Amino acid sequence: MNISKKLVDDFVANDVSFITTVPCKQLAGVIDEVEARPEIFHIPSNKEDEGMGLCAGAWMGGKRPAIIMQNTAIGVTINTLATLTQYYRMPLPILISYRGELREPVACQVEMAVHTKALLNQMLIPTYHFHKESDADEFDEILKYTFMANKPVAILTDASFWGGYGDQ
Amino acid sequence: MIRSEILKEIAPILRDQLVVCNIGIPSQELHAIDDQPTNFYMLGTMGLASSIGLGLAIAQPKPVIVIDGDGSVLTNLGTLPTIGNNCPDNYILMIIDNGSYGSTGDQPTYTGRKTDLAGMARAAGCDNVVEVQDVDTGEALQAALDSGKGTVMIVKCDSGNAKMPVITMDPVIIRDRFMKAVAS
Repeated sequence: MNISKKLVDDFVANDVSFITTVPCKQLAGVIDEVEARPEIFHIPSNKEDEGMGLCAGAWMGGKRPAIIMQNTAIGVTINTLATLTQYYRMPLPILISYRGELREPVACQVEMAVHTKALLNQMLIPTYHFHKESDADEFDEILKYTFMANKPVAILTDASFWGGYGDQ
Repeated sequence: MIRSEILKEIAPILRDQLVVCNIGIPSQELHAIDDQPTNFYMLGTMGLASSIGLGLAIAQPKPVIVIDGDGSVLTNLGTLPTIGNNCPDNYILMIIDNGSYGSTGDQPTYTGRKTDLAGMARAAGCDNVVEVQDVDTGEALQAALDSGKGTVMIVKCDSGNAKMPVITMDPVIIRDRFMKAVAS
């Protein structure tokens, strides 16, 4: 099964039609798939807080949004999550490449990885961790949950889930 | 003119449009001058007014006017290339450029020195960039609306703030009534 295609199929099935992305090697296949789908308006952003602003506007305009980013961006987006997404009570699926976990070749990535779940927990953001490919079976339900709850929800996808980083 | 005088003058134009208004004193001024359900007031998150407005303009067809500031655009400069490469026809970014961070005590920004926001917007790919003086704001805004083209306006004006009350409306109420106005 092509996991990138499955994730984007679930976005489309849940009427997510506005997706902003910040580049990531691990999520490159998902980003390509998002770009290829006519049902989705794909707008790359230059920074993740900017992307969350775009998503807030798109949602108020009647589209279901999502953001795709790396876990290092948790450090960039805390204020936006607290004072925009959560304060105004807006839904936002956050599909995250969880760098710095098992099979990580770059030591510096571990430095934000150790803070990632603690920060999401501190922000009271519901968080799901995809470690095995079968974990993605829940993605459809997670999207439904996000738009039911009107909250930002984080989906961490680690290197084991993606089958390693390949050559670096 | 200072920003609040401009807002008073253009309030009749803003009244019928979807407006995303920048954090701090700009939102307080607009709220006090002419509160409308079509106004989305930012209560936090400095820098994202232009991004919120862009997402809104892409998602639906009504014109969207963003009231932003020089300091806020400087804090989210990545927004200009995103606008330049994705600008829909219904998007107007009006940057009130008073060369200062008004909400925090009028500390000077770099636009009051060497930095040229209009030049930066053009270099970022924004096609319709107009620079106007404060007294011409209403005319330029109406022209941008009438043109049916996405526009970035840089409005040069004096530094200063009107004394207005803090917005105490609940954010979810601001957002909910705004979404109803968008959908109506």
